[in-house]
Amino acid sequence: MTDHTSRRNFIKMGAAGASILPFLRAMPAAAQGNDTLVVVTGATINSLDLHRTGTSRASYQVGINCYDRLLTFGTKEVPGNGLSYDYTVVEPELAESWTVSEDGMTLTFKLKSNATFWDGRKVTAADVKWSFDRAVSVGGFPTVQMKAGGLERPEQFIAEDDETFVIKLDRPSKLTIPDLAVPVPYIINSVEALANATEDDPWALEYLHTTPAGSGAYKVARWNPGEQLVYERNDDWVGGPLPAAKRVIIREVPSPATRRALIERGDVQVAFNIPDKDAAELADTLDVFSTPVENCIHCLCPNFAFEPFQDPDVRKAIAYAIPYEDIFQAAAFGRGLPLWGGTEEITDTAWPRKTQYFTDLDKAKEHMAKSGHADGFDVPLSISLDLASWMEPTALLVQEALGKIGINVTIEKIPGANWRTAVLVEKRLPLHLENFGGWLNTPDYYFFWAYKDGHLFNSSNYRNEEIEALVDATLHMPMDDPEYAPQIKRMFEIALDELPRIPLYQPALNVATNGAEGYEFWFHRQLDARVLKAV
Amino acid sequence: MLASSPRLRAILLRVAQAIPVVIGVVVISFLLTRALPGDPAVYFAGVAADEASIEETRVAMGLDKPLPVQFLHYVGDLLQGDLGQSLSSGRPVAVDLANRLPASLELTLTALFLAVVIAVPLGVLAATRPGTWVDHLCRVVVTAGVSLPTFFTGILLIYIFYYLMGIAPSPLGRLDFIYLSPDHVTGFYLIDAALMGDLETWRGAAKQLVLPATTLALFTLAPIARMTRAAMLTALSSDFIRTARAAGLSNRTVLYRYAFRNALLPVVTTLGMVFSFALGANVLVEKVFAWPGIGSYAVEALVVSDYAAVQGFVLAMALLFVALNLVIDLLYTAIDPRIGFEAQ
Repeated sequence: MTDHTSRRNFIKMGAAGASILPFLRAMPAAAQGNDTLVVVTGATINSLDLHRTGTSRASYQVGINCYDRLLTFGTKEVPGNGLSYDYTVVEPELAESWTVSEDGMTLTFKLKSNATFWDGRKVTAADVKWSFDRAVSVGGFPTVQMKAGGLERPEQFIAEDDETFVIKLDRPSKLTIPDLAVPVPYIINSVEALANATEDDPWALEYLHTTPAGSGAYKVARWNPGEQLVYERNDDWVGGPLPAAKRVIIREVPSPATRRALIERGDVQVAFNIPDKDAAELADTLDVFSTPVENCIHCLCPNFAFEPFQDPDVRKAIAYAIPYEDIFQAAAFGRGLPLWGGTEEITDTAWPRKTQYFTDLDKAKEHMAKSGHADGFDVPLSISLDLASWMEPTALLVQEALGKIGINVTIEKIPGANWRTAVLVEKRLPLHLENFGGWLNTPDYYFFWAYKDGHLFNSSNYRNEEIEALVDATLHMPMDDPEYAPQIKRMFEIALDELPRIPLYQPALNVATNGAEGYEFWFHRQLDARVLKAV
Repeated sequence: MLASSPRLRAILLRVAQAIPVVIGVVVISFLLTRALPGDPAVYFAGVAADEASIEETRVAMGLDKPLPVQFLHYVGDLLQGDLGQSLSSGRPVAVDLANRLPASLELTLTALFLAVVIAVPLGVLAATRPGTWVDHLCRVVVTAGVSLPTFFTGILLIYIFYYLMGIAPSPLGRLDFIYLSPDHVTGFYLIDAALMGDLETWRGAAKQLVLPATTLALFTLAPIARMTRAAMLTALSSDFIRTARAAGLSNRTVLYRYAFRNALLPVVTTLGMVFSFALGANVLVEKVFAWPGIGSYAVEALVVSDYAAVQGFVLAMALLFVALNLVIDLLYTAIDPRIGFEAQ
């Protein structure tokens, strides 16, 4: 990828036959045109293969831009914040059409007959099967994500003929179709991959790690880990409308101040995932999109393993003591959505929803007095140093507020490498901040991860038999089932009354553009370069 | 051959002396990384991993084995020149280091060169004219240099020269996106571009270097200027200078041949020290200027407990400093023939 020949080709491609010097001088002007887009981000792309162990979140964008899935989601407008994917609309990407059997157990996909990989070979059902087999076999995150949609074993995937792919399910689930549109089940050129697989590495993890082999809208022209990734358009893409930008350059710039200077000067067109503070300050001068992250809540979690928090009045006292508005302004600079001051009566199944709690010290003190810990107690509040930008101001405000009701809080900062182990695996932090967000946008999916006993994001060690039963019942149930809404409402009611997680606010993903349009928010919180257009 | 060249023999002896140091570094870096807080298996298993997939990751990383076995594997690989695989960058550590070390060295050496060119004359002038405006200027520059943290100077320079005035190039790392990196020969872009005869890329790389190198130079300037001034003052007030002056030697000869040469020893020592801490202080400059150097690599690796990368970094640094100390000792003998290897 970095050898001399491709370097020459790259130059030729960019200069459209012109010599090197005019290309170099003409580029900045061209970048203002519609040829090239430059994106800056603070995160590192460390692999071009999402299925690999240790692949960073930022690398998921390669799975999105360079590979196709069978299905994708539609697009909707977010009032005041540009575009977003639409969870309720599923559209074909590599599949031309699909059918679901009467019993919901068999899904049959017809592939687009004109779909080809970058090397010109036709995309066949065998490639889809190999890719799905790989995702459920390699272990780690891809396997867990596939499982969420009921995709667990290679035997479930059948390549009936070149263009027909069949999935057999163990039970019908509303999560299967959406799970096919997340970044994980992407379709790999199995012939190319197998040619580079070895006995020790049957899934070609080493090869695809540095060399993507897909059919997606963009190919990788260059990748310098820690520096940049250059996408080059695949003009034969059939997965959707051809992207406007011929070349998209993703540059890694760790310092937020530098990213801000670059986007303000207009030398780059997109600054991806900027801090809330910059988003708030740049909103007047640039196009800033702050899309509330769907199905994601920043919470304060009282751990049930810690004795005082087993008392419901203590938890309610905390919920009434929290200075929500101050936290929302100090930690999120007003970017995102407030999640407090709602009605107690639950009339819809929208999630995240506003809780019935608000800042009221008198009420908080009343609950404290009623509780078994009227004299207060000492507790450490744990935060992650990696997430200090929102956790630190939040923790300080919580500390101050809880001091007023007799809970003496000390703030404990935990290094990023330690955080996951302490908070999610060992679940040993008495009081902590947490920010789980579910990719699949249904309340039951959120509850499955965050409220069921023993599940990863249930960092409060919460267990409620009714919640256990309700989540099991609703997780795979279609959302238009008459049973669904009442059960979900009941789930909300219990969770918001018992408060194992006290919702603070819904965070936003901030993206600033200066000379680009078409930005679309996705649940995976990575950049979809395919829809961007220079202006 | 060995017998015929005492200097070569001395160098070999020094290299041999470095072996226990390197072994110590290998052991300590291994133990220290294992003592780091955090569980890399949990981290690298990903966001939604469950117990089973964390365990799979642990086995895949070889972390399920007892420490002595892990150490033996590590040493075995090391002896074959394999530094292991970095999990965070997903590439062999050796490749990462080969890409990133030159970037850091290019930046640090340029900065050090700038600093020496400014600081040494400044120190000499300040010493020869104590109490004058040059002396005061030296003091102000030195104080400012040490007291301004590098990330602050960096952001300030970006703000003035890039954001406000628009004369500096975009702070986008070693090359703006319109250029392509030169073919890898040494890894130093200035040298590689020159080797290719690609003047345009050379100019592009040089432009990118100016602000970060200035930032780092401002920081490293202080100790060098201070040390030069102090060493010159000592030398100038010593007996042999008085003798030289009494013998009627010209001011110039006294200053440069006698005083400066004698003052050089502590300056070179300081240079070595400054170089080593500049390589460390790089981290912040690298972050601000998106410079893909070794400092930010090591910090990222530390944060996620990426054992192989941290060990590789520590080892590379240890080797670098062994080499650096050797070079400095050689410089001593060149500057002052009275210092022989035997004496040490």
